[in-house]
Amino acid sequence: MSGLTLEGVSKRFGSLTAVDNVTLNVPQGTFVCLLGPSGCGKTTLLRMIAGLEDPSGGRLLIDGADITGVATHQRDFGMVFQSLALFPHLNVGENIAYALRIRGIAKADQQRRVDELLALVHLPGHADRPVNKLSGGQRQRVAIARALAVSPKLFLLDEPLSALDAKLREAMQVELRQLQQKLGITTIVVTHDQREAMTMADLVVVMGEGHIRQAAPPVEIYRKPADSFVAGFIGSTNLLDLSRDSSGRAVVGGVVLPDVILPAGLDRARLSIRPEDVHLTAPTAGGLTGRVTFLRDLGGTIETFIEVAGTTVTAVSTPRERPDVTAGDSIGVTLPAEACVVLKQ
Amino acid sequence: MTPAWIRNGYMVLIALFLAAPLVVVAGVSVNAKKTLLFPPEGFSLSWYAEIFTENEWRSALFASVGLAAFSAALAVTIAMPLAWFLWRRVAPWARVFQFLGIAPFLLPPVITALGFLSFWATAGFYGEPWTAVISHAIFFVTLPLVTLSLGFASIDRSLVEAAATMGADDRRVFRTVVIPLITPYLVSGYAFAFVLSLNEYIVSYMTVGFTLETLPIKIFNALRYGYTPTMASVSIFFVVIAAAVFGLVARYGDLPRLLGAWSSEDK
Amino acid sequence: MRREPARSLSDHLPVIFPALMLLVFFVIPFSIMIAVSFFQREQGGFYTTDFVFSNYERFLSAFFGGVLGFSLLLAASVAACCVALAFPFTYFLTCRTRRVQIAWLVGLLSVLSLSEVIIGFAWSTLFSRTAGISNLFVALGLMDQPTALLPGFGAVLTGMVYQALPYTILVLYPALVRLEPTLLEASRTLGASPLRGFFNIVIPALRNTIVATLIMVFVFALGSYLLPQILGRPQHWTLSVLITDQAIYQSNMPFAAAMAVFLVLISLALVGLTLLVGGRKDLTA
Repeated sequence: MSGLTLEGVSKRFGSLTAVDNVTLNVPQGTFVCLLGPSGCGKTTLLRMIAGLEDPSGGRLLIDGADITGVATHQRDFGMVFQSLALFPHLNVGENIAYALRIRGIAKADQQRRVDELLALVHLPGHADRPVNKLSGGQRQRVAIARALAVSPKLFLLDEPLSALDAKLREAMQVELRQLQQKLGITTIVVTHDQREAMTMADLVVVMGEGHIRQAAPPVEIYRKPADSFVAGFIGSTNLLDLSRDSSGRAVVGGVVLPDVILPAGLDRARLSIRPEDVHLTAPTAGGLTGRVTFLRDLGGTIETFIEVAGTTVTAVSTPRERPDVTAGDSIGVTLPAEACVVLKQ
Repeated sequence: MTPAWIRNGYMVLIALFLAAPLVVVAGVSVNAKKTLLFPPEGFSLSWYAEIFTENEWRSALFASVGLAAFSAALAVTIAMPLAWFLWRRVAPWARVFQFLGIAPFLLPPVITALGFLSFWATAGFYGEPWTAVISHAIFFVTLPLVTLSLGFASIDRSLVEAAATMGADDRRVFRTVVIPLITPYLVSGYAFAFVLSLNEYIVSYMTVGFTLETLPIKIFNALRYGYTPTMASVSIFFVVIAAAVFGLVARYGDLPRLLGAWSSEDK
Repeated sequence: MRREPARSLSDHLPVIFPALMLLVFFVIPFSIMIAVSFFQREQGGFYTTDFVFSNYERFLSAFFGGVLGFSLLLAASVAACCVALAFPFTYFLTCRTRRVQIAWLVGLLSVLSLSEVIIGFAWSTLFSRTAGISNLFVALGLMDQPTALLPGFGAVLTGMVYQALPYTILVLYPALVRLEPTLLEASRTLGASPLRGFFNIVIPALRNTIVATLIMVFVFALGSYLLPQILGRPQHWTLSVLITDQAIYQSNMPFAAAMAVFLVLISLALVGLTLLVGGRKDLTA
């Protein structure tokens, strides 16, 4: 099997289990984002892939070959560190050429490769600059170029864009994705920023408490979250208590949702619906009704906070899609069945 | 803030206090005749020349410089692997040696000196010049140990990891990353040990005081038999050496950080 | 980088040489000195292996008590003077630009590294009749004729303060340079005058540092052995001088060793107290 395979990989630090029995297959050429809150084990998992931590259990395979016991320096992976870890005593060109120098490649070939890589990351002619004279974005590009110097089998990045300001970060996300597609290199990025994951990844792996909660393409993660942790972590969502009435229909706040089907064997569940999927109407008899508590008018869209069935539901709508209300008014809330995801409690 | 004239005035007073004896000694050192007069009468640099031309002073100078050069080298040789080990390995027991490396510097020097005296006398090597080299190296090992520990602490460990992901094994990492980054601290440690060894009196006196005359011993002995302006010129010569060495350390290293300030390069 | 425990022999290799050097040339000499302090002295400068307390019993004499008392008093005076002088100075220094700070640090290190011999010689010159400060006073009309200001307690104290002042400043420097500047600014916005801010905010915030520094300077001053000889009279001799005197000139190693052990105990107790008070780990200067 080509690509990277993790088989039941675990890591324990004393009594703490940082990564618990993770199994994952990353096909050749895929862009994967490991996404999760801090402390979820995503960085530890990446470090195990890089060989910087030894797994307490499980196996890592590259193209079917076991690399669990292989030392970091023999793995031929490229890695970009959160701190970037550019060598302060070397200039840009020497940083990029480091891996080539270690491999004893001829000076002239090193030079050619450095120029090639600097062109790739849009920094031509910067080889002689000292690294501490570069801007944040330039340092970022140098770190990326350095990690790609020997055309690694795997390209690993640990929160690579976290030090950049918001605007530059978004631009770099696009650039990084385009670079990866151009090179067709298998890439794994650790991030806690769901927008970043949505922008770049073919496959988003959401982690929580050392487990993989869901591994799926970004849209699927967004539309069909596997549980309330994923639903809550990816974008914002409304979570409502769902129960079964005597005739087996799904009920929210005393109102029957005819097209929502509660899986067999479950009497209670949670319903997840994205704010932009919540429709607002004038109050209707028999429909779900709530009271507006707060309005956030952002110009293009309006966020309406409504108290429904004991929880606050957020609806995002354009000014034309919603009745003109102010805080304190009653309002009708419609939850379209095709946008509702039923989650186990 | 405190009024500027108070701050400036106070700092000038301290500067005067610290400089006054040196100014007087500098004045005495250029007296034309062999007198202890200030302000000096006439002007002559012959007392500086005498450090190098007069046999006794010259051999004392060579003894001091040799002792300082070798003992500082030995001190760095002891401190470097220890500091590296403490940084690289998880080994709480090795902290004992860190403490042993710092202890000689915290205790009154006469104690360390007396320890060496009894040791070399018991071992039967009392008075051998090389015993002073070892004694000074142990006495001043604290300085390179502290600068190197600070230096290692300042190396971002992800640099080492980055080098490993790029194919460098432990030895390669040490040669291509650790050594270049630690060198300024190594040099500072050597410089501190060198200058202090140059000026040290009691340990050299108790180990080789009767066989090898270093400059401080020579000055002290001369002091008992009356003044000669050469003492003044040697003193000024030493101050200049110290200022030059520390100036170089400041020029090529981060002196405030070496003295315990947080990294202040971005200040 | 993972810090791994050292497992194999080759992992331990780097620590072997430093460990051996420190054990052989510091721990063993120290142990020998302790052992010698229990030995019996013989005429002619030798001593025999024994286990007697007579060397320690000599401490109980009035002479020894006087020397000890004077040593402690002198060290305490030096520590108090140095901290009182150095604290405002260091505070002002840390407010300066980095360039000014570095220039001062170079100067302070140069003075700190000066041999006690040179300091003693320099001050004896400054206090002398022919080349001393009294000539300046005469020139200014403050005095009728130049006089020698040494030997005396004042000269010893001045010399030792001079020796310990750079050390004090360098010990205080890290703590003061790390002091949050907004702390004082906050006190200003709350209406405290600069002086009150200094006494009410800076000094209490650094109380532990000040105590730790006092103790460190005390131990440092306790080690002074040449200045009392050069600038003082025999009654100004300290324990350190006495140890040297007994070891070299009286050839009484057991007694010198016993005094040294005693001095170690005092110093260790004070260093321990410093660590307890300050919790300072990075003793640099």
